[in-house]
Amino acid sequence: MTATEAPPEAATRSRVFGTRVLRKEDPALLSGEARYTDDLAIPGALHMAVVRSPYAHARITAIDLAGALAMPGVVAAFTGTDLLDDWAQPMPMAWPVTDDLKNPPHYPLTPDIARFSGDGVAVVVAESMELARDALEAVVVDYEPLDPVVTVEDGVTDRVLVHDDAGTNKAYTWELKIGEDAVEQAFATAAHTVKERFVQQRLVPMAMEPRASAAIPQPVGGEVTLYSATQIPHILKIFTALTLGIPEHHVRVIAPSVGGGFGSKLEVYQEELLCVALARRLGKPVRWVEERSENAHATIQGRAQIQDVELAADENGKLLAVRVNLTADMGAYLMLITPGIPLLGAFLYAGVYDLPQAYSFTCTGVFTNLTPTDAYRGAGRPEATYAIERAMDRLAQTMGIDPVELRRRNFVKADQFPYTAFSGLVYDSADHEATLATALELAGYDGLRAEQASRRDSGSTRHLGIGVSTYFEMCGLAPSRVLASLNYSAGGWEAATVRILPTNKVQVVTGCSPHGQGHVTSWSMIAADRLGVDPDDVDVLHSDTALSPAGLDTYGSRSLAVGGIAVYQALDRVIDKAKTIAAHMMECAEADLDFENGTFSVRGSPDRELPLAAVAFAAFTAHDLPDGVEPSLEASSVYDPPNFSWPNGCHICVVEVDEETGAVDVLKYVAVDDCGNRLNPMIVEGQVHGGVVQGLAQALYEEAVYDEHGNLTTATLADYLVPAAPDVPSITTGATVTPSPTNPLGVKGIGEAGAIGSTPAVINAIVDALSPLGVTDVEMPASPLRVWSTIQAAQTAATGGAR
Amino acid sequence: MIPAPFDYARAESAEHALALLTEHGDDAKLLAGGHSLLPLMKLRLATPSVLIDVGRLTDLSYVRDAGDYIAIGALTRHRDLETSEVLQAEAPLVAHVAGQVGDPQVRHRGTIGGSIAHADPASDLPAAVLALGGSMVVTGQNGEREIPSSEFYLGFLESALEPGELLTEIRVPKHGGAGWSFQKFNRRAQDWAIVGVAAVKANGSSGVALINMGSTPIFASGVVEAMQAGASASEAAERAPEGTDPQTDIHATPEFREHLARVLVRRALEEIG
Repeated sequence: MTATEAPPEAATRSRVFGTRVLRKEDPALLSGEARYTDDLAIPGALHMAVVRSPYAHARITAIDLAGALAMPGVVAAFTGTDLLDDWAQPMPMAWPVTDDLKNPPHYPLTPDIARFSGDGVAVVVAESMELARDALEAVVVDYEPLDPVVTVEDGVTDRVLVHDDAGTNKAYTWELKIGEDAVEQAFATAAHTVKERFVQQRLVPMAMEPRASAAIPQPVGGEVTLYSATQIPHILKIFTALTLGIPEHHVRVIAPSVGGGFGSKLEVYQEELLCVALARRLGKPVRWVEERSENAHATIQGRAQIQDVELAADENGKLLAVRVNLTADMGAYLMLITPGIPLLGAFLYAGVYDLPQAYSFTCTGVFTNLTPTDAYRGAGRPEATYAIERAMDRLAQTMGIDPVELRRRNFVKADQFPYTAFSGLVYDSADHEATLATALELAGYDGLRAEQASRRDSGSTRHLGIGVSTYFEMCGLAPSRVLASLNYSAGGWEAATVRILPTNKVQVVTGCSPHGQGHVTSWSMIAADRLGVDPDDVDVLHSDTALSPAGLDTYGSRSLAVGGIAVYQALDRVIDKAKTIAAHMMECAEADLDFENGTFSVRGSPDRELPLAAVAFAAFTAHDLPDGVEPSLEASSVYDPPNFSWPNGCHICVVEVDEETGAVDVLKYVAVDDCGNRLNPMIVEGQVHGGVVQGLAQALYEEAVYDEHGNLTTATLADYLVPAAPDVPSITTGATVTPSPTNPLGVKGIGEAGAIGSTPAVINAIVDALSPLGVTDVEMPASPLRVWSTIQAAQTAATGGAR
Repeated sequence: MIPAPFDYARAESAEHALALLTEHGDDAKLLAGGHSLLPLMKLRLATPSVLIDVGRLTDLSYVRDAGDYIAIGALTRHRDLETSEVLQAEAPLVAHVAGQVGDPQVRHRGTIGGSIAHADPASDLPAAVLALGGSMVVTGQNGEREIPSSEFYLGFLESALEPGELLTEIRVPKHGGAGWSFQKFNRRAQDWAIVGVAAVKANGSSGVALINMGSTPIFASGVVEAMQAGASASEAAERAPEGTDPQTDIHATPEFREHLARVLVRRALEEIG
């Protein structure tokens, strides 16, 4: 890996772009100096704790708060009914995917029926967190248990209704049908078809920092400041105002240091709204921090889909049609964008392949008495990639050809970009052949196949498996007009301001809201590169709606390809203004000025130079500015991307499966990702590492397991298996670079790629290893028990049950 | 993750700990490294009203060559067992197993006495001591008694320790020249074993103990009997499930656990050779 990978267009002037600048955030984070929400010292704050339903489905017949209220240090306690008048409207939901979507109103505390294990039914406020927790046990709630719906298969029957008023558990059915006749025709006549059912198990996002929030009221003035461990301070501000009926300009939201989110903090949560409501009622700050097991129950969960996928292909394996039927588990309530998550994958079930206009996608969202689902790293796109990549391997297995060869036959070719897909979406750029070739080379693919063959010949019970996956990610969320066509309630733009201070130091204000990604470093690099200053001379202001009033926050790998471009455009504008002032100071025409490495120079007169620092100070003193030019060097930009960006890649996983125990050992992992130009390859690789581990965890370890009563049985980190360092392989990263033509930095996005490419690569490897034993699929997570049972079942089938 | 309220008393000596135990009776629990007890308390599955902290009784932290056997103080931390030269030379199975417990943080806090007194069938060290035919020395108001490991584990999280008794020492026979093997099957390195096997084979005596195959650590008598009768590793291993009562959890069914026990016992015996 080279130390410098400047983009072609920036190669001449770039000093910083493409270099491995160490993260400016890390000294504070590593030393403990950084402050998370629960670290904040808030004088006089009261502490909230939430009484949660132990039942997945129960009618609340009575709540007795007297015991809790009698405890020393307990200040107040409320039921859901007590607080109903505090809400100007129900909990927000911003993605009504269909006109007839069922979205029964729900409130931060449920007043009548608990609909999942963990549903909040009452709150206690006390002088300390410990007192509040102890008081929870003194609240007496009488429940009348109801029959729960714990699977989507049960949910669709409407045997039991999660919401009586909705009249059905089916929240919506959303379709994307392109060439219906062509689909029918293809499946009727295709040389090869495969039909598979894949289960995307429920996952707990399990950010290292649990949720926390603190509301500080100004009882006289009416303002309120909400600190929260959120990815979306700007969106949270709007919905706090709307849900509580507070004028928006009286609400300020601040996300301090935030310890990971993975989509789980892309949410407007009950507890955030409760802290604000109680702070306003009591006239004192109210704070709350989540326990780990509470996090497992009450923070949104991810995935939870059943995928019925069919492929039709001609005699050479060329895809003719794709048909997908999804059943998506909404959980008990629709949260901020719950119904839209499967739609983010709806356009991706043809993967990186050249599919004719023959595509049928149907998704039914189903209510269950389980924790609500919503965005989780990749949000719809990992699920789609998993389905197509597993189905492609099944097709290759059916045809008896190498899965790599089948992919090659179907790739959209490099010279076809920009490529208008079956869906009408335009894929901006890629070179799948090159990406695949790089991955095969790094993995030593041919050698692995030879070793696999020799192991098979020797009769070894340690089976070698090689799994390949390729992916396209619909990223850079998103062109606002496209979001409108999908019924999404907001736009996809991002805002930035660049301010050059009198001493030539730089402030970048961004609407993105970092929670681990390294925005401060990345935005500093963009500014340093354009302005000719050191990255350490740049500060980035973010995550406080008073400092950064406009923004749409951080999710969906959108930051660099949208927010970064807003920074870039603001830099353009501030440089333009500086140029006007410089021309005036140098008594020359603006058109004759060049700006490079922080210095203005007159073209043709190399000795005539003026540093940006001099312009910055002149803009501050305003003693001699050109007519009509306002003092200060500052400019803003709001960028709405014209297209999605399309990161892509190829991952290869090599496993050894112990036939006797079902244990899977990952021997090698190669990730070759193409995210366009790479601003900071170190940060890119960090994102790939984290994403791969998270996707590998879905394949091998993690699952939110519920029993038949709807109880979560994996609510601690002893049972919910987040892998640690000894449990994951060393990851070899590689890159191809096809710059995005749709933005001036040529960048795409990398935050979710690892989690998208890895899950199918791991499972493909396991199935590849076991295919001689008759195994065609293994459910996730591929635990030893599942793998062993799958082998037993395959062998029983192979011997006609005579085992 | 916040325990219910409790009182705390720090024992200054073994005698003091016994006195505190007598004073507080059934409401008290002994706290050593805390890695078994505190998680239960945080989940409010255990709510003792008094914790008697024996963690500072450094005179109970030792590994000594006592001639016929190795004496291990109950407060010896896993990390100290793992790195003990005496154990590595004279009781290598114990040193090795201690290095397989949990993760480095657990091993630097957890103690052998705490692990054994907790009597968790899924823990590693209780089975290792059982396989070796070791014994526990417990001290009470009436003095000291030695309990063979075969009589120590009575039920799930239940040992032969009487109320008011303190586990002070673990004794294991020397087995420096013996063959031994430890097979731990788990999903993550830090996890408890789904099934585990501790096995030792010396001149004339063998011991095989199973982890997480019932409500206690289990001595695999059938396997040992077969070994002594000259059976092959795979023949002996077939008898691994005898006398076990494996449970269902998210990791395994009873059938899978029995299968794993056979495979792991066979591998252990093959490794010993």
